[in-house]
Amino acid sequence: MSTNNFYGAGFPYRNFQKLPGKLIVVEGTDGVGRSTQIRELRHWLEAEGYAVSDTGLTRSDLTSSGLEEAKSGHTLGPITMSLFYAADFADRIENLIIPALSAGFVVLSDRYFYSVIARNAMRGLDKEWTRQLYGMALRPDLILYLKANVPTLVSRLVHGRGLNYWEAGMDMHLADNMYDSFVQYQTLVMKEFDELAVEYNFVTIDADQKVDKIIEDLKVPITQLLRNRLPKEMKPN
Amino acid sequence: MLRPNTTKGKLIVVEGIDGSGKSTQIDLLYKWLQSQGYSVYFSEWNSSPLVKSTTKRAKKDKSFTPTTFSILHCTDFADRWENSIYPLLKAGVIVLADRYVYTAFARDVARGVDPDWVRNMYSFAIAPDVAFYFRVPLDIAVERINSARASLKYYEAGMDMKLSDNIDESFKLFQSHILGEYDRMVDEFGLTLIDGTLPVKTQQKKVRMIVKKMLGGWQGLDNPNKASIIMENPLAPSKAKGSKK
Repeated sequence: MSTNNFYGAGFPYRNFQKLPGKLIVVEGTDGVGRSTQIRELRHWLEAEGYAVSDTGLTRSDLTSSGLEEAKSGHTLGPITMSLFYAADFADRIENLIIPALSAGFVVLSDRYFYSVIARNAMRGLDKEWTRQLYGMALRPDLILYLKANVPTLVSRLVHGRGLNYWEAGMDMHLADNMYDSFVQYQTLVMKEFDELAVEYNFVTIDADQKVDKIIEDLKVPITQLLRNRLPKEMKPN
Repeated sequence: MLRPNTTKGKLIVVEGIDGSGKSTQIDLLYKWLQSQGYSVYFSEWNSSPLVKSTTKRAKKDKSFTPTTFSILHCTDFADRWENSIYPLLKAGVIVLADRYVYTAFARDVARGVDPDWVRNMYSFAIAPDVAFYFRVPLDIAVERINSARASLKYYEAGMDMKLSDNIDESFKLFQSHILGEYDRMVDEFGLTLIDGTLPVKTQQKKVRMIVKKMLGGWQGLDNPNKASIIMENPLAPSKAKGSKK
């Protein structure tokens, strides 16, 4: 992988060797079932003989505690919040994703900066600003977009981990209760995602289907990617 | 790329390498403006309580990369921007900043991040009405720093850049890179150059003259505490410490 494989300037102070691994992103709104699917994909890939590493937004050691602390206080402005996300993202790219890719791993990323572009845009931040901020992002080999209708999301969340303040976009004051706010907020998020899907070449997966059907649909483009592009010695026997 | 100031307030910033004397100068400026009855607010680089726990930990673990260092300092700035600097400018306050976006442009680029990338990141900020750049030769700054404080810290000495194993040597090399970046920015951003080797009082006289001219005829937010300006003010800058953030 060369510097062309970054969306922007990347990390000019570092030299990267060729990255033999594959970066696969799973995007989608809150409640669409990303983490369930990623767990399944990981099991499947490992059974096929691939070394897998997974990561997700706000999971870096550097910022996760600070971000949680800040979120619980609700005093974060939109620019500040957005930069906290960017610090987390950059930390994981440099310290986790790139090392894993250079070791030939398949990296599964639970969301990527596309989610951040969507959430920033809804909070009135300039899209171009966010895009350029993520000039240090690697271009993934595959972006899978799990797309489901709002009623599906609500049903999965209500029977899962429940609604929460941030996923409902309560900071945007769209409605006076979490349900209405969630519905309005996620509808707006999906509109943003539809645009991003075109711009960044998402492979859209119908996530209104049953969970075990979704996984089968996800496996198709992944199989294709790994068959076509992994060096021969990396292929499972 | 910085937005023009369309607020009712005025923004004055000081810049320069460590040991340039800028904190002393802004402290004196602050006191003078307050004695003139203005509403003044002071903001210091890297001082947001929100980001503190994160930066403190990363500094301790030495886990910053140039990029995360850069983004977290911008996060700190953004928090101060959104919660105090910008709303106070809107209200018509004179905001004084000890270090501003130029510090990031100088330091982060010296660390190797892309100049356009870091400029874009800070593009939500407003261009100051005056940006003083206190220029001192490297050896004078180093001498001031050495006499003023016990020991250099890892990141302020730029040890993460592996310029030298010796911390004093590393500090010098790092500061010279930063100095180069500052000098390049004088024209790019129209910084107001002040010779930092002049006596403190002479520098302050120049600073006050420039600020006075800039404020000519301007009316900001009324200060109800005009009569009690000598009282302890919660917005007052901490005393010039000869230690930077």
